[in-house]
Amino acid sequence: MYKIAVIGDRDSIYGFATLGLDTFPVLNAEEGARKLDELAHSEYAIIYITEQLQGRISSTVEKYRDQQLPAIIPIPGVNGNTGNGMAAVKRLVEQAVGSDIIFNN
Amino acid sequence: MATKKQVNPTRMELTKQKKKLATAVRGHKLLKDKRDELMRQFLELVRENRALRERVEAGILRANKDFVLARAGMDDEAVNAAFMAPKQNVQLEADSRNVMSVDVPVFRFRTRTADENDIYSYGYAFTSSDLDGAVTSLSSVLQDMLKLAEVEKSCQLMASEIEKTRRRVNALEHVMIPEAQENIKYIQMKLDENERSTQIRLMKVKDMMLEETHHYKEKMGYE
Repeated sequence: MYKIAVIGDRDSIYGFATLGLDTFPVLNAEEGARKLDELAHSEYAIIYITEQLQGRISSTVEKYRDQQLPAIIPIPGVNGNTGNGMAAVKRLVEQAVGSDIIFNN
Repeated sequence: MATKKQVNPTRMELTKQKKKLATAVRGHKLLKDKRDELMRQFLELVRENRALRERVEAGILRANKDFVLARAGMDDEAVNAAFMAPKQNVQLEADSRNVMSVDVPVFRFRTRTADENDIYSYGYAFTSSDLDGAVTSLSSVLQDMLKLAEVEKSCQLMASEIEKTRRRVNALEHVMIPEAQENIKYIQMKLDENERSTQIRLMKVKDMMLEETHHYKEKMGYE
C-alpha cells in the first residue's frame, strides 16, 4: 500500500491535507531536497512538488526519473504557474522524438 | 564511416561475419518495430498528458485562489485548526503494466471514508464558507491529479526507452551492419585472390614437372 505526498512551501500545499494527502511543508531548497530523498525512499508512490521548489532542486528530482516509482509530478504553487511542468512534458517529446512536434503550434 | 578493423581473411571468420550480419539485420528490424510502436503509444500518451496537465494546473490555480480568499477572512490559527486532523485518507495501490517492455505504473486509489466528498475535516462553526468552496475545488482536481501522475510517469519512462531504442537502431543501421558487410566483402575478395594464386601456382608447377619428364625445351633445341 502506497501513499501520496505533497511537498513545497506551506501556503501552496496545506489544502491538500484535507484530501487525505500527506503534506510536507519545507522552507528552503536544501530542506526540500533532503525531504524528497527521504520520501522517495519510503512508501510514497506519488510525490507532488511545487514547480518553484522543483526548479531549485531539479538535480534531485532528476535522480528518480528513470525509476518506476516514485512519480514526481510538478504542480503550480500559490504564486502562480511558472510553466515548468509543461516545459518538462515538452522536453520529454524532444527527448523521444528528436524535435518537438506537439507543442510547437 | 567506421574505421576499418582488420579481420583475418579465413573461411571461419567469413562464417562468423555472416552470422553477425544476419543477427544484426534481424535485431535491427525488431528494434525498429519496437521503436515505432513505442513512439505511437508515446505520442498518444503525451497528448493525454498535456490535456491532463492543463486541466490540473487550471484546477489547482483556481483552488489556490479560493484558498487565498478563504484565508483572508480567517486567521491563521483557525485555518491550522481546521486542517489539523484530516478526515480523509487516500490509499494508493500501484501496479505495473508492460508497454513494449517498458514497465509503467498503474495507480488505483481508495479513500478511507466511503463517501469521496466527505472531506471537510472541520466543523463549520469557526470557518468561513469560502474555505468549503476552496476545499471542494481542490478535491475536484484530485482525480485528474492522480491520473496525471500515472500518465506523466509513463511518459517519462517511455521517453527514455525510446531514446535508448533509437540509439540502438541507429548504431545497428549505421555501424554494425555496414561494418559486417564490408568485412564480408573484404574476406571474400581475399579468399578469391588466394584461390586464383593457388591455381596459377599449380599450373606453373605442372608446367615445370612436365618439363622435367619430357624435356620439351631440349627437344626443341635439337630440331
